[in-house]
Amino acid sequence: MNKPIDSSLLSPADAYAQWQQDYAAGIGVDKSVRNRSGVPIQPIYTERDWNAAERGADLGLPGQAPYTRGIYATMHRGKTWSQRQLTGLGTPVEYNARLREVLANGANAISLLPCNSVFRGYDMDESHIELLGTCGTVINTTSHMDQALQGVDLAKISCAQNDPTPFTLLAFMLATARRRGTDWRAISGTSNQSDYLSHYVANHMFFRLALPGARRILTDHIDFCTRLLPKWNPMSVVGQHTQQAGATPAESMAFTLCTAIQNAKDCKARGLDPDQFLPRFTFFFDVSISFFEEIAKFRAARRIWARITREQLGAKDPRSWRFKFHAQTSGVDLTRQQPLNNISRVTVQAMAGILGGLQSLHTDAYDEALSCPSEFGARIAIATQNVLREEAHLTDVIDPLGGSYYVETLTDQMQGEIERVMKVIEDAGGMYAAVEAGLVQAMIGESARKFQHQVESGEQTVVGVNAYAMEEDSSARPINARPDRAGMQSLIDDFKTFKATRSQAPVQQALDALARAAGDVKDNVFARVVEAAEAGCTHGEICHTLRREMGFGHVQAVV
Amino acid sequence: MNQAVIPKVLVTKIGFDGHDRGSRVVAAGLRDAGMEVIYTPPWQEIATVVKLALEEDVDVIGISSLATDHLIVPKLMDALREAGMSDVAVIVGGIVPDQDEAVLLQAGVARVFHPGSSMAEIAECVHDLTVAGRARRVAV
Repeated sequence: MNKPIDSSLLSPADAYAQWQQDYAAGIGVDKSVRNRSGVPIQPIYTERDWNAAERGADLGLPGQAPYTRGIYATMHRGKTWSQRQLTGLGTPVEYNARLREVLANGANAISLLPCNSVFRGYDMDESHIELLGTCGTVINTTSHMDQALQGVDLAKISCAQNDPTPFTLLAFMLATARRRGTDWRAISGTSNQSDYLSHYVANHMFFRLALPGARRILTDHIDFCTRLLPKWNPMSVVGQHTQQAGATPAESMAFTLCTAIQNAKDCKARGLDPDQFLPRFTFFFDVSISFFEEIAKFRAARRIWARITREQLGAKDPRSWRFKFHAQTSGVDLTRQQPLNNISRVTVQAMAGILGGLQSLHTDAYDEALSCPSEFGARIAIATQNVLREEAHLTDVIDPLGGSYYVETLTDQMQGEIERVMKVIEDAGGMYAAVEAGLVQAMIGESARKFQHQVESGEQTVVGVNAYAMEEDSSARPINARPDRAGMQSLIDDFKTFKATRSQAPVQQALDALARAAGDVKDNVFARVVEAAEAGCTHGEICHTLRREMGFGHVQAVV
Repeated sequence: MNQAVIPKVLVTKIGFDGHDRGSRVVAAGLRDAGMEVIYTPPWQEIATVVKLALEEDVDVIGISSLATDHLIVPKLMDALREAGMSDVAVIVGGIVPDQDEAVLLQAGVARVFHPGSSMAEIAECVHDLTVAGRARRVAV
């Protein structure tokens, strides 16, 4: 330890002893503090906890393994992050209007969130009209996709499709690109949330093909994209679902890393080269308001992934070791009470993600606990990102919290907790087996209940809910825009006409080929889905064919 | 609460959304409060909910809605009436905008619970609805 500059000051050892004494006298009864992942938190951290001379090598510099300080040498000082707002409402035409506004407001990448009927694998003519387009855009055909992406140059703008198995949205987009003469090799973006396991355990938002079928199609999809779409990220491994469902930040990170290992092993078993597919793996996380814990979660995860990819998966290319992630601010932390307070919550969450070294960010609208986000709410969410990026000087320095005694100690502790949970999953036979057995679902449910108890007992303060409650003026609450019912009815009518008048022979041939592919492991199911989209098949027809051939998945109820 | 009354409650989700944190936490909470809880996974058909409620002879149906699925709850209310089950109380919990709450109450929903509601509040409501419902059945 260095000597103090002023020789009249106490020696470090005496100073620490003095502080301990003063702290004990001043604090009274000290409360025990644990973060959401259960890691105990001390009142102060010093070089006794984390010593740069001994531990500096574990950090490396940005762009260097193990990437604790960031996966690129320049990080946010070079390229900040993609501002990718989840967007989706109403008909394809309504979505397109909103999309153009989002692009004009500074977004440089887009996403498409489909209607829940699409997630469930149904077409619009077999759904309740009351629900169509209320939480996402109705996309059932290539023409719908073409309308939704009017005016968007697919070779230039990165598009993330929230695309559950069997990835029909990407198929419709590829068919659209073919119609427009856009080279598939120029298309960039992500099959967002392509992770069937996190959907299965946490929010059940994919169309519930039985697990073995979902597993097969994901591997087919990665294989197809690796060969034909060099700029596309086919694998988005998701921690957001499990954390929103109740898992602690450490649990959710552990489940996500185990899922990535599972999918990578499945790809290797298919004969794919890890250095071909791993650079196209991306991650998607929730970022809660537990500020330092989230930052430490991301820093620890980069370090773990860099080790796993080399040691367990045999990757030799540094691009395979880099842990690229998108983060979304946590909707679960937002409150219905005093909703404008959510703007400050989202700001803190977004800062944690930025300081944690994210590559892409979605900020939630303040009104998410009231309704699907209003246009006004979405605009403030984008402005929040603009303020953080361009006013707050957050991006001047790379990994500004690196070397903080607290953040470095917490990064080590979070790594320990994440690895502990990963061992539980690996001991159960890996993520697929642990999900099949219901183990992951039970852990998530337990943590969700624990958190609910903490809020109800007042142990965890939630402003406006269990503290600082006040009479509210409900006029501050936005009115939720609903898709135009007449517009939706006319879309249904057009859809029925399309189905009745299209050329039926190629449709039937494509569905037959899809059904055969499902039973032939040498074939690629996703390649047949793309052909079906080009032949004029609908989303529902593709999903029903696969469900018939590969089995319908059922939710495992674990209460 | 009258501890002698053990409510029987069905906790479920209809429509397209699968986010079930709310329904799972509430189902476990009501169970811990000593109630008899029948829990189903999401995406139940309206007809299935009516059939289950009839066969299990429940006092209360709790519908969880995160992503606008409550918009078809009026259809559930119609189906219950048609099945002669108007004595079964329906409560809704989740993300329900003000503009929709009025519509649900108009359609006969007994109560809407928003985020931030406590388990004790929900349990008390289920209990009171059970007592009232059983009294009506005896009167008939």
